[in-house]
Amino acid sequence: MTHLRTKLLASATLVAAGLAAAGPALADKANDTLTVALDLEIETMNPYQNTSRMGLIAAKLMFDTLVWRNPETGEFEPMLATDWEWTDDTTLDMTIREGVTFQNGEVFDAEDAAFTLNFFGSPEANTKGMSNFEWIESAEALSPTELRINLDEPFPAALEFLAGPLAILPKDYFEEVGFDGFEEEPYGTGPYQATDIVKGETVTFVANPDYFAEGGRGAPKIGTIITRTIPDMNTQLAELMTGGVEWAWRIGKDEAEGLRGMPGLTVTDAETMRIGYLTMNAIDEDSPLSNKLVRQAISHAIDRQAIVDNLVPPGARLIPSACFPDQFGCEQDVTTYEHDPEKAKELLAEAGYPDGFEFTLDAYRDRPYAEAIIGDLAEVGITANMNYGKYAAVRDALRSGDSDMAFLTWGSNSIGDVSASTSNFFKGTADDTFNDEEVQAWLEEGDTSVDPAVREEAYSKALKKIAEEAYWVPLWTYPYTYAYSEELDFTPTSDELPHFALTGWK
Amino acid sequence: MLGFLARRLALAVLVAFTVSAVSFVLLRASGDIALAIAGESATEADIAAIRVQYGLDRPLVVQYFEWLTNALQGDLGRSIFFNTPVMELIAERLPVTVGVGALALLFAIALSVPLGVAAAMRPNSIVDHLAMWLAVIGQAMPSFWFALLLVLTLGVWWRLLPISGTGTFQHYIMPAIALGYYATPAIMRLTRAGMIEVLQSDYIRTARAKGLRSGRILFKHALRNAVIPVVALAAVQFGFMLSGSIVIESIFALPGVGHLAWISLQRSDFTVVQGIVLMLALIYICLAVLADLFNAWLDPRIRVA
Repeated sequence: MTHLRTKLLASATLVAAGLAAAGPALADKANDTLTVALDLEIETMNPYQNTSRMGLIAAKLMFDTLVWRNPETGEFEPMLATDWEWTDDTTLDMTIREGVTFQNGEVFDAEDAAFTLNFFGSPEANTKGMSNFEWIESAEALSPTELRINLDEPFPAALEFLAGPLAILPKDYFEEVGFDGFEEEPYGTGPYQATDIVKGETVTFVANPDYFAEGGRGAPKIGTIITRTIPDMNTQLAELMTGGVEWAWRIGKDEAEGLRGMPGLTVTDAETMRIGYLTMNAIDEDSPLSNKLVRQAISHAIDRQAIVDNLVPPGARLIPSACFPDQFGCEQDVTTYEHDPEKAKELLAEAGYPDGFEFTLDAYRDRPYAEAIIGDLAEVGITANMNYGKYAAVRDALRSGDSDMAFLTWGSNSIGDVSASTSNFFKGTADDTFNDEEVQAWLEEGDTSVDPAVREEAYSKALKKIAEEAYWVPLWTYPYTYAYSEELDFTPTSDELPHFALTGWK
Repeated sequence: MLGFLARRLALAVLVAFTVSAVSFVLLRASGDIALAIAGESATEADIAAIRVQYGLDRPLVVQYFEWLTNALQGDLGRSIFFNTPVMELIAERLPVTVGVGALALLFAIALSVPLGVAAAMRPNSIVDHLAMWLAVIGQAMPSFWFALLLVLTLGVWWRLLPISGTGTFQHYIMPAIALGYYATPAIMRLTRAGMIEVLQSDYIRTARAKGLRSGRILFKHALRNAVIPVVALAAVQFGFMLSGSIVIESIFALPGVGHLAWISLQRSDFTVVQGIVLMLALIYICLAVLADLFNAWLDPRIRVA
């Protein structure tokens, strides 16, 4: 989200003025209705046609997954599957819960799970996130309560995917109404049913009275949840202040300051799994960045702590490795580079650039952070020219080798495993601008072994080398600021997903 | 007259084609569309699959002609993110944009015509300067700032009007004011200039000499003549309001075509952007042709142009 300076000033003034005159936000606890502000609309009701976070939030309300990852403990718990077992390295047998129905009355069984995994993983379904299905070769319903998932090769993160994006859809109903019909009237097994869809504006979710209370999330505590699409942050704040909405997130640092201490509202900061990083093109031998000393110099030059203290919203932490610290396999004991401009200059001189050099930094978001980085580099004699563009353009440039350095972020799709972060960038794919075969081999080992100890060891070696070579400058984690009614019992989680199904009134 | 009409229509069609072709090419030059569709966290395999799925690996000319053939039959393709036909998306949201635009234009006219008349009746007086000042502020003030000001005062402090969304007529009032105020100075000055010129003309002097009341003179004789160029300007301003409503729609959370264009542009939802560009171009062209026709009907000299 980018803001013009005048817009910042405008919003700060707005909030300050609003504080002076507005009363506390009214909670709709009396109507048992929670109104939530989202800055983008929920584009589609079909989780497999969706690429945005808003769609994911809606999907979590309407559908269930086979397995549930408890956001507090990180453990996998039963949801639509009550039990599971790896019969061998490439076969997962799951016991399906009985007594569950879809919101239209259709009975849920293993057939629906098999249908979902097979059909939406096939090319004819035009699924947007096909990589979520790649590890599955096929799924079979051995009986109404037994599901067998066959894999091509061992895939340790299988449960992560079964708990995350792979929501289960009703086979009979979907085959009957097709994509368009499902879009207008979606049904899932989830705790909430979408009853009133006003495209681009609001979606009303009503609590499912027949939701199974055992396992997973338990019965829904709030009767009705209405999502309202309000693109402008200032308008969201105005609605928060006047009771038009009771919950908002991703609030900017300046606006949040104005909200803290306002009666009737709780303002919380929570970390997400999104990490910021600088990636460099180490392959191009003409570029100074192919020299390890130069990369290390750059790492020493940037004062990450200062940026976190002054620019990034509260709750962010510095990260030492090329992964999110709480992900499985994210080795934290790696070479770190203290902020030391003198050392940076020394290293540059040693590398043959005593007077520094010039290059281009590509960025697509958080312009102030990028500018701060450029400022830090200038202090050691490196001139970085900013090329601020769209995400697609930046990633394009990296892949084609046109970019020297890019400032990017990665959310890992909320998957708590290094295979969803580090492996994406260092394993020889188009995103790999380093071509380090040792690292590639270790990551491959980590991704395909089933033994957690073997995986940890492999990832540790890979991450240590990545840090030693300073391929990345790992920066910080991204926190979000949430503001909601005091009467709401809401807990933010680091998976960048507000779990409204777990939320209740105080 | 018919010849003029035919020439204007032919030109309009040519402009429409050019706009669609240029926007088609520009959209595809703005970055890898397959990557934009696949989303930030997509893997290489995802992106390659999408490239084939959407036919993005074919030559540009082939893609354009396929789009054109479909468009001429009324099929503008399918939105990548919304999973619905573009035509349907636009049809759903156009009423909101047109509604706000029309209301904004009405507000602009209701504000600027009386201002212009008042200013014209006493040129270079305090009334004249005040009217000018009021109108110029409308053009100088950024629309989003004015919108936020309205939200703060009318929505948060005094709770007079709802802040965002649609649903009732009241929801459209603040957006209309914010959007319309921008057009005020142009219309006001044109009205003022027209009125001043008309009020000095012979037939007005004749009317006064005949003993008609000044109110009657003002409205029945003077204003009707002075307002002719204003109508033409209003038509073009309406087109401007339709395309310029992006900011207003974002602030007031109105699900209109403007906001749709903005988010589609950000995400390279190229079928939607293409469709909206074409639609807005057609509307603008229609309005310009109508304005041209109106003027040609009034002033025969224009018809040979």
